[in-house]
Amino acid sequence: MSNSIILAILVTSLATYMSRFLGVVSSEKIKETSKLFRWFNCLAYSTLAALIARTIIFPAGALSEIDYLIRFIIVIISLLIFYVFKRNLVYPTFFSAIILAILSSYY
Amino acid sequence: MINSKYFFKGFNSIKKMDSPAIALGCCFVAIGALLKNLGFNIQESIFSTLLIYALPGSLVMAESLLVGASLLNIFLAVWLVNARLYPMTVSLMPLLMHKSQPRWKYYLSCHFIAVSAWLIMKSRYQSVEKKHRIDFWIGIGTATWSVAILGTLIGFLSADFLNKDMMIGLAIVNPVYFMCMMVGAMKTIQVSLSVILGAILGPLFFFISPEWSILYGGFSAGTIAFFIGELNVK
Repeated sequence: MSNSIILAILVTSLATYMSRFLGVVSSEKIKETSKLFRWFNCLAYSTLAALIARTIIFPAGALSEIDYLIRFIIVIISLLIFYVFKRNLVYPTFFSAIILAILSSYY
Repeated sequence: MINSKYFFKGFNSIKKMDSPAIALGCCFVAIGALLKNLGFNIQESIFSTLLIYALPGSLVMAESLLVGASLLNIFLAVWLVNARLYPMTVSLMPLLMHKSQPRWKYYLSCHFIAVSAWLIMKSRYQSVEKKHRIDFWIGIGTATWSVAILGTLIGFLSADFLNKDMMIGLAIVNPVYFMCMMVGAMKTIQVSLSVILGAILGPLFFFISPEWSILYGGFSAGTIAFFIGELNVK
């Protein structure tokens, strides 16, 4: 078991580092003022947004036990708090956990 | 070798009130607890965060081990979920490259590329002159990396005290934090469209292919946003 865990860790880290490494290789030839750079900038933000949206809408693990509606309400409330408190990041994060605890204990 | 003034400037940026340290710490606490429940020992848990340092990758590894997937399957699944690190690296490193700096700094410090450090660097890079940006980046990366490792350790040690409700609470903190941070980064047409379209297309592609949904969704959303943005600039 232990041996397979270490192999799994090594394989996972290799698969992860590969994208980072190739990114640096490509960066050597890309200027920050180029169109290509701007395109990659869009791709980076959109893949991140896709990943975060997927984590909320189709979660794996603990979150999947929470109803869609509750997750949706939490997202809306967190965004409202974010804007009401002048783009403060701590309040929405903190409150999301509290709202989730309250809502999930009622439903 | 590394300019300590800029290193610590970067390192200290996670101490600010708005820092991702809390969200980052929370999700690695959850990972630490998860790994312990999977049968990892303390060294293996810390070793995995140290070497992988990308949350979705660790989750995929954990799930794959649970179902007894082969190493090749783990490699492919992790590569797919972490391929986003490629565009993230390409959209960050050109901002940090400077002729006077040695190459190894870039190839080593790319390990720190993960959503938290990346978003901090993207919002602060202009405050540092180009020559010193890589040292500033190494500072941010070392700090976020340490938080992740510490989080894993705390999660591992407290796994027995974390009940299901607490795990759910930890799980929501991370997406909510990064969602707000992404919304906060929406300052140009291109970035705003990328974020909005990515958040719509990513989940839509999930119905076609769960494994490829992030890449398909991200690629199409980013490309559309790029062209619309370019047309509007002209």
